[in-house]
Amino acid sequence: MARLQINGATHEVDVPDDMPLLWVLRDVIGLTGTKFGCGIAQCGACTAHVDGKAVRTCVTRLGTVADRVVMTIEGIGATPHGRALQNAWLMIQVPQCGYCQPGQIMSAAALLSEIESPSDAQIDAAMAGNICRCCTYVRIRKAIKLAVSSQATAKRT
Amino acid sequence: MNARVSRRHILRTGAAGATLVLGFGLYQMRPASAEASSAGLALFAPNAFIRIDSEDRISLVIDKCEVGQGVYTSLSMLLAEELDVGLDQVAIEPAPPDEQLYADPILHLQATGNSTSVRSSWMELRRAGAAARQMLIAAAAAEWRVDPSRCRTERASVLDNGTQRRLGYGSLAATAAQQPVPQNPRLKQPEQFKLIGKSPLRVDLPGKVDGTAQYGIDVRLPGMLFATVASSPTFGGKLDSLDDSPTRSIKGVHHVVTIRAQEFDVGGYKLHLDDAVAVVAENTWAAQQGLAALEPAWDRGPNQHLGMDDIVHALEAASERGGLVARHEGDVDKALSTAATRLEARNYMPFLAHAAMEPLSCVADVRGDNCEIWTATQVQARAQEIAAQLAGLPPEKVTVHNLFSGGAFGRRLELDGVALAVAISKQVGAPVKLVFTREQDIRHDLYRPFYHDRLRAGLDANGKLLAWHHRIVGSSIFARWAPQAMRSDGLDPDAVDGAIQMPYAFPNLLVEYVREEPPAIPTAFWRGVGDTHNAWVIESFVDEIAAVAKQDPIQFRRGLLSHAPRALAVINLAAEKSRWDKILPPRSGRGIALAYVFDTYLATVVEVTLSDAGLVTLQRVVCAVDCGSIVHPDTAIAQIEGGTLFGLSAALWNEVTLRNGRVEQSNFNDYRTIRIDETPEVEVHLVPSRETPGGLGETGTVAAAPALTNAIFAASGYRVRQLPIIKSIEGLKRRA
Repeated sequence: MARLQINGATHEVDVPDDMPLLWVLRDVIGLTGTKFGCGIAQCGACTAHVDGKAVRTCVTRLGTVADRVVMTIEGIGATPHGRALQNAWLMIQVPQCGYCQPGQIMSAAALLSEIESPSDAQIDAAMAGNICRCCTYVRIRKAIKLAVSSQATAKRT
Repeated sequence: MNARVSRRHILRTGAAGATLVLGFGLYQMRPASAEASSAGLALFAPNAFIRIDSEDRISLVIDKCEVGQGVYTSLSMLLAEELDVGLDQVAIEPAPPDEQLYADPILHLQATGNSTSVRSSWMELRRAGAAARQMLIAAAAAEWRVDPSRCRTERASVLDNGTQRRLGYGSLAATAAQQPVPQNPRLKQPEQFKLIGKSPLRVDLPGKVDGTAQYGIDVRLPGMLFATVASSPTFGGKLDSLDDSPTRSIKGVHHVVTIRAQEFDVGGYKLHLDDAVAVVAENTWAAQQGLAALEPAWDRGPNQHLGMDDIVHALEAASERGGLVARHEGDVDKALSTAATRLEARNYMPFLAHAAMEPLSCVADVRGDNCEIWTATQVQARAQEIAAQLAGLPPEKVTVHNLFSGGAFGRRLELDGVALAVAISKQVGAPVKLVFTREQDIRHDLYRPFYHDRLRAGLDANGKLLAWHHRIVGSSIFARWAPQAMRSDGLDPDAVDGAIQMPYAFPNLLVEYVREEPPAIPTAFWRGVGDTHNAWVIESFVDEIAAVAKQDPIQFRRGLLSHAPRALAVINLAAEKSRWDKILPPRSGRGIALAYVFDTYLATVVEVTLSDAGLVTLQRVVCAVDCGSIVHPDTAIAQIEGGTLFGLSAALWNEVTLRNGRVEQSNFNDYRTIRIDETPEVEVHLVPSRETPGGLGETGTVAAAPALTNAIFAASGYRVRQLPIIKSIEGLKRRA
């Protein structure tokens, strides 16, 4: 029995320690916002946070995250960065099929918690692990910048 | 065909609609409406697309699959505009399978494809909305005993201009249903549009940023098991034997299922499934572990030595045959014999996988006398039919829940995922969610065909084009997917799409098609369909002719477009916005491509830089689009942005290759796709227009590859004749 802290709630799951966090979230707990894309940490669709850092949950074993703080797309809107990013994603109308976007937003949220106002190169570097087959990249860049500026405005006022 | 179409039209929007639709029953995505229906509450359903109940609940039925192209929003806008309701006042219901009610007027099939959604719906959905509005006004006027001309509508209410009385659509639903359905409802003039031409927040986006959007892969049912599958590694191989004992010892594994090779025929659509093994477990991880532990022994079958050389040689041999004539004007041979300069080219385009972000998935629940499936499908009625065949049930016992698709690009025009899920659920007697591994998704896709093209052209001494000869060699998708669409002599209209309706004026022209099928490899539609293939070949060759004629690529094209003002206008706009005349440094170049596809005109300029090692960096993309009237401009821009990058990505890196009868690629590590740090700025310029709408979902992809390879030529003098471009890296290195 493993104990997990996910989006502020405690979950106990009785599955093997080597099960990737992705499938614990999706199939065992029922948090399906985190997506399966490749299974080999190539696409980033499964990105969530463990102790505030972006991880690819498809290669993150359950045994390595027990008692650590897990945050998924379902919880990120409760954080200032997450809320600002989700709003910016809507303002810019980023998603098309939308399947990769939870992972994109989680990667962007991890970036903003590390670098308050990232440069273009820092955005590209932080987001290069997240594939979007609809190729919404141009808008992802714009939305991250909008989220940064909206937070800066909010701070000033 | 005409009789069928007209009957469909009556059912969709005509007078007979009300009673038929009322008897049809609501799709079960929105429980409130379903309850309203079953409780017998008054329901206003004047056609196949609009339902209003007495509680003011307005549902718009959307017959297209939302694959990311924005149809839930754009089609809702067409209905809502004329019905005079806000997008915030409606709920979307995905259409159930029904070829009679929901066949696409262009495709003659319930299908989402060929960039038809807005083109097909532009007038029909507006008429549907306008007819309903007129009936609601008539009902209010009757209740108030005033002339309907005294009434107006806004935000789902009818208002009396004389007294400012107001009745909500819900309260009028019962009496509006008694009104005759107007045959020629009055449509708004563009000046009166409140929604069309604006870019409200897409209705599907809130759920797509907070994780609540439901894709087929996200469905969870009580008692549901999780499955994953592996098909014969070689096309046409057979399962000899299976040692499943290591799998069965894995915690959580419930079943190991064998699915034998099968052929399906759904109204002419043919699907072949190879032998496959599936593992069904308590969760996807256990199923994947179980599959990895399986030790199937495969008879590798008749294609076990098949490789790319065999396929390419067969296409080259076939290219020596004369083809079926798709278009013929003038006398090409005679013109070529008089030409001062003659050019020839051979082009090669690879097999491609779709590799949508959401791996193929389907939830199926076959139990006794009914079957339910939850998936994303571009062909709802065919999905119902194939599930019925497998479940051994009449189609009406199969319910299809159509959910968001995590990309598709043509992949979900196929039904292998549905068929496998139903077969597995039937065998294990439980609801099953089947999710392909990415490896299965890439290795057992149905692929964009490998095409080989031969071209000849002749110029006179002044560089004027005299003749154009294009021979297309490759697989026919329509022969398998919709044989009724084939020309009676075997010409596949998709294979020559874009090659016979070029915007250019060529004096002598011959376009031929030679059908040559690769052994056992299934071929299928891919974003941009026939046009994506032909536009690359044609726009590359036009560029090559311009170079031989020592003319600027844009100036040369202008000379062929004097009769085509809309094409000329997008070329000129792209030239202006890309600053075409500005000189670039060495090893940099701009390329242009023109596409006239899906009734849309697009000119794309790509700017690249080549490294000394021959690697391509995308610097800038400028697109000029005339797609006629635009429903949602921001979505139009987004489709061109994304579609263009999608095409550039494939052109740079993507090919599916076979070795010993197996697909060599397996995942995003070896089927590479563009990433954000490789993405250039993309500018999209829309030409204002009131023409009939053109398609947008695939258009950007069509022009991408030729604009890119033409840019590479401008930067290096090297003409790319085979895709992907990475195969030409030797030729693109800097010469000492």
